[in-house]
Amino acid sequence: MIDYDRAMQATRRSILIGSARLAVGAGLVSLVGTIPARATPQTMRDAIREAVGDAPLRTGRVTLDIPSLVENGNTVPLTVAVDSPMTESDHVKTIHIFNEKNPQPHVITIALGPRAGKARVATRIKLADTQQVVAIAAMSDGSLWTASADVIVTIAACIEDVN
Amino acid sequence: MTAAFLRVAILPLVAGFASLALAADIPTAERRSGSEFMGPETRAMQDDDTTNPGMLWVLDGEAAWRRREGAADKSCADCHGYAQTSMNGVAARYPAFDAAKGRPVDLEERINMCRSEQQKATPLPFESQALLALTAYVGRQSRGQAIAVADDARTYPFIAAGREIFERRQGQLDLSCASCHDDNWGKKLAGAPVPQAHPTGYPTYRLEWQTLGSLQRRLRNCMIGMRAEPYAYGTAENVDLELYLMWRARGLAIETPAVRP
Amino acid sequence: MARTLLNVPAKAARGEIIEIKTLIAHPMESGYRVGLNGAMIPRDIIDLFVCTYNGAEVFRATLSPAIAANPFITFSTVATESGTIEFRWTGDNGFSQTESVLIAVE
Ligand code: HEC
Ligand code: HEC
Repeated sequence: MIDYDRAMQATRRSILIGSARLAVGAGLVSLVGTIPARATPQTMRDAIREAVGDAPLRTGRVTLDIPSLVENGNTVPLTVAVDSPMTESDHVKTIHIFNEKNPQPHVITIALGPRAGKARVATRIKLADTQQVVAIAAMSDGSLWTASADVIVTIAACIEDVN
Repeated sequence: MTAAFLRVAILPLVAGFASLALAADIPTAERRSGSEFMGPETRAMQDDDTTNPGMLWVLDGEAAWRRREGAADKSCADCHGYAQTSMNGVAARYPAFDAAKGRPVDLEERINMCRSEQQKATPLPFESQALLALTAYVGRQSRGQAIAVADDARTYPFIAAGREIFERRQGQLDLSCASCHDDNWGKKLAGAPVPQAHPTGYPTYRLEWQTLGSLQRRLRNCMIGMRAEPYAYGTAENVDLELYLMWRARGLAIETPAVRP
Repeated sequence: MARTLLNVPAKAARGEIIEIKTLIAHPMESGYRVGLNGAMIPRDIIDLFVCTYNGAEVFRATLSPAIAANPFITFSTVATESGTIEFRWTGDNGFSQTESVLIAVE
């Protein structure tokens, strides 16, 4: 846990980010200059290839459960389930989550195996903006399966100190 | 948030709201906690203690409850025993009138009074992790209980003072709290529903903050959103406003530690 | 030490798939936010979470800054035998924390 001073500092920081977000959202002024370069659909595709190799990505077997309308991009609950018997000979080896528009395309990589019993994991992620989220499962037979979801991120009205 | 943004983006939204002129009390039957305006995912996060991040502070508070502190070398537990029984229902009736001070004190201030007067320790700063943890732990012991602050001759002037602040137009946008929370609750503002502003779940884990925060922090956020000067932590105005909001929410159940967007 | 909240059944039948929920207090400062002075706030995240069951690794997650503050991870494992399930979180600035729980398998 953080102490008081750090908390207050953090408070002021999130204002800046909040202001940038709001201003951009309203299409008034672009404060994007103060925000580092973001991931793009292309950098996401590159990151995916780097993580899982060149095998074809097939749609199916993966269920990505994420709200389509997010109340706050700072904490977005997400569950991924993969249809697999999870046996020695046939199981999910890794699950990857990627996004298009955060500063970095990679979100999380999970390594599991037959001892998991079932391929179902949940976590909470940050989404900087309305965007697509992609889940990929790499199977023990080398095949890759994927699911994606479009997520709309809304903005808080009441925020921290501006001055 | 720039003032320009607020004028350009929020004002037109607010202009679409019902008459800003008259603030009417929300009928008892229509009173709803902020959790009822949230999406099912945020609601689920709040309702399950094994996934509610606010429980991290409750656990810290539980440890602090048993820790001896100050020149008196006493823990909260040394005097109050099990919080489950001694603190049951307490948070539902705060802010409460303090005879020595001649005015209401909120739960944070009440805990700090025990720290300085009983434990002989230095008071914990507002919004410190230590004070939030103790307040969350004490608040948790009232979960599910109906809010019931005293409404009597001693508290009445302070409830009225809080109400006056709530209904007063202020800030560069010339809005009152009531123009959003009494007259236009349920409508959308920049995509987010406007709740009725009932303080049912404080301290609350607010996703926007990515941490637990007090009701005073939440009130300051709304004042800043209105481009009004927020009251400093611990001021009489903030406590009056807290008391009015709790009175206005009477009968609703405590949800501490709640989760809010 | 960061506060953690672990949810693991104390008892399970042999071969049963059990669900494990973990929460840990951590700011997950992304390294992409700008401070008041205009400078970047340095990254401070947990980047690895590993779960072992009687010493054998059963689950591993590599985290990027896009994981929300106070990381929450839920997964499952097969209850194979009685023993210790251990959780380890490591990250920036030498962050390292280990917690364990006992499980009885019949
Ligand atoms: C030395 C004994 C002592 C210690 C230590 C102590 N308290 Fe108290 N506390 C009291 C007494 C006595 C009262 C009742 C005061 C009164 O109402 O006249 C009280 C009242 C309270 C109340 C208000 C209860 C109500 O019904 O309105 C709260 C809340 C509280 N204490 C919390 C705490 C916490 C939290 C701690 C530890 C940080 C703590 N106390 C430590 C003696 C103590
Ligand atoms: C422009 C409309 C508007 C005004 C004016 C406004 N608020 Fe709010 N308030 C909101 C919205 C929208 C939310 C919830 C979503 C958010 O924070 O973005 C909220 C949330 C709250 C909450 C949190 C309720 C909960 O469930 O935890 C409280 C308390 C609150 N406001 C009090 C006030 C007070 C007191 C004032 C006046 C000082 C005020 N608000 C003025 C729009 C407004």
